[in-house]
Amino acid sequence: MTDAAAQTARMSPADTAQNDVTIAALRQVAPPRAPGPVSNALVFGWRAILKFRHVPEQLFDLVMTPLMFTLLFTFVFGGALAGSTGDYLQFFLPGILVQTVVFNSVYSGMGLSTDFQKGLFDRFRTLPIWSLAPFAGLMVGDVMRHLIAGGIILGIGLILGYRPEAGFVGTALAFALLLTIGFGMGWVFIVLGLLVRTPMTVMTLGFTILFPLTFASNILVDPATMPDWLRSFVAVNPVSLMTTALRGLMAGTATLTQVCLALIAPVVLTITLAPVVLWLYRRR
Amino acid sequence: MTDQQDLAIRARGLVRRFGDLTAVAGIDLDVRRGTIFAVLGPNGAGKTTLLRMLATLTAADAGTATVMGHDITTAPHKVRASIAMTGQFASLDEDLTGRDNLVMLARLWGFRSGAARARADELLAAFDLSAAARKQVKNYSGGMRRRLDIAASLIVTPGVLFLDEPTTGLDPSARQGVWHLIRQLAGAGVTILLTTQYLEEADQLAERIAVIDHGRKIAEGTSRELKAATGSGFLHVSLADPGQCDAAAALLMQHLGGSVQRSPEGAELSVLAGSATAANAALAALIEAGFDLTDFRMGAPSLDEVFFALTGGPDRAKDGKRNTTEAMT
Repeated sequence: MTDAAAQTARMSPADTAQNDVTIAALRQVAPPRAPGPVSNALVFGWRAILKFRHVPEQLFDLVMTPLMFTLLFTFVFGGALAGSTGDYLQFFLPGILVQTVVFNSVYSGMGLSTDFQKGLFDRFRTLPIWSLAPFAGLMVGDVMRHLIAGGIILGIGLILGYRPEAGFVGTALAFALLLTIGFGMGWVFIVLGLLVRTPMTVMTLGFTILFPLTFASNILVDPATMPDWLRSFVAVNPVSLMTTALRGLMAGTATLTQVCLALIAPVVLTITLAPVVLWLYRRR
Repeated sequence: MTDQQDLAIRARGLVRRFGDLTAVAGIDLDVRRGTIFAVLGPNGAGKTTLLRMLATLTAADAGTATVMGHDITTAPHKVRASIAMTGQFASLDEDLTGRDNLVMLARLWGFRSGAARARADELLAAFDLSAAARKQVKNYSGGMRRRLDIAASLIVTPGVLFLDEPTTGLDPSARQGVWHLIRQLAGAGVTILLTTQYLEEADQLAERIAVIDHGRKIAEGTSRELKAATGSGFLHVSLADPGQCDAAAALLMQHLGGSVQRSPEGAELSVLAGSATAANAALAALIEAGFDLTDFRMGAPSLDEVFFALTGGPDRAKDGKRNTTEAMT
C-alpha cells in the first residue's frame, strides 16, 4: 500500500480496526524506572554497532585506504626503501596501524555532525538521559571501528608475511595502545563535529590536519635521510612517537619511556578537549 | 484566572535574543491540560524559538515558564521527563530501520530490550508502519517519516507534546492523516502545543490560538473569538468578471468606508459592513452600477482575514508562504 493510500484508508469511516489499534497504543504509558548513565551509554553503543550492520559500506571506507597503502608501499616502494619487500613490511605494518586509527578517528566527528544536522540530537536532548551518553556511544563506535580496521590490516599483514616478534601478548598490548590513541584523537574531531556544520567539512578539515601529520612522521620511512628541519619536526611529531612505541611493542623491544611518550598526545587531548566538548554541547 | 494546577504550560515574559535579533520578545502563555493549543504566525515570527525554550532546548534570556509544573530553568530534567518534541525536520537516524529507531528510544527511556521491542511494534502498528518496520528510514516517504517521528515522541505518554509545524511539506492526504492523529492524541489526554503557519490547521485543530508576529503575541483566543474581535458583519461579494474588481472595491469603499480585502485567487471582495442595512445599500449600489455578482453573503471574517488584519495585510503573509516553499525545495 502506498503512503497516500494508507492515509486515505485511515480516514475512511470503514477502517475502524486501524483506529482501535491506534487508540490502544495511545493508552497512558508511564516511564519505567530511570536508567543509569551506563545503561544510556550502552544503548548508544548498540546504535553504533547496528550502523555496521545497516551500512556495511562503511567497513569498505575504513579499510580500503590502509589496505592500498599497505600493498602499494610494500610492493612498489618496499624493495627500494628497505632492500626487500619482506623487510619493509616488517617496518611498515605497525606504522600503517597507527595511520589507520588516526585517520578513522575522523568518523565519530562526522557522525556527530550528521546527527546535529538531522536534528537527532534535539530529540536526545529532550529525553531525560545522562547528557554525555551520546558521546560515550560515539566512543563505543570508535573502539569497534579501530578493532575491525586494525584486525583486518593485521590479518593482511600476516598473510603477506609480517611476523610480530613479541607474539600475541605484544600484539594485544599494541592494540590497547592503538585504542588509546584512537580515543585521544577522537576528541579533536568531536570538537570539530560540534563546531562545523556539515559532515563533509569535518572530513576535509580532518584530512587537512592528518595528512601532513602522518606523512611527516616515521610511519613510511626512516627519517634519517630527511633534511634537518624536517627531521626535528618528525622527532617530536606525536604520530612518530606513537609509531615508535607500537613498533617496539610488536617487536618486544618497547621501553617504558617510549610508551609514555606515545601516550602524551592522547592524554593531553583528552584532558584539554573533554571539557571543551562538554561546554560546546551544553551551549549549542 | 485559571487554576494553576490545571495548566500544562505557564509562561511569563519569555525572551530570547540571537545577537541583535530578538526572536521572542516577552511572551505569556497559558495552556490548559488536555487541550490543543496552536501558535500561529508567519515564518520568522519566533514560533520555533518559543517551542524550543519550552522544550528546554534553548535557554531563555528572560522570563519564566513551567511545563507540567516543572520550571524549565531550574528543573529541566523533570521537564524532559514529562514532554516530547517533534521538530520541523524528522529527528530520526536515517541509517537505522524504523523499528530500530523506536527500540533505541524506548531503551533510552529505560525499557528492557523485550519491553522496548514490544512497545516499538505496538507503535509501528498504530501508526500504520508495520510493513516498513524493517526498512531503513532513509527509504521512507515524507508522510511516513513524520508519522514515525510522532511515534518516537510517544514511547512514554508525554504530558505535553510539542509539534513544530507538524504538516509542513506534507501532501494534503498525509496532512489529513497527521491531523487525525493529533486529534486522537488529544482525545487520549495529551496536551498538544503546535506551531503552524497554516490558518486552516489552527482553525481545524486548536481549541485556542495565539497569533505571534515579530516575537510578540498579538492576539489569543478561540478561533471564534479571534474572528469576532476583528469584527463581525463582513460582507463578501463575488464578481463574475475579475477585471471589475478595482472598480467594485472603490464603490464598496465609498459606501461602507474601511478597507476592502481581496481574495488572492478569485474575484471575491470582503469588507466590514457593520450592519445588514448598510450591506444591503452597498449591494444595491453595486447592482445599479452594472456589476455582475455571482455570489454574496454576510458572515464572520475568515481566519485569513483575521490574520491579515492582525499582522498587517496579506502581502506579508504571502511573503511568508513564498519563503516556506523555498525552504522546502
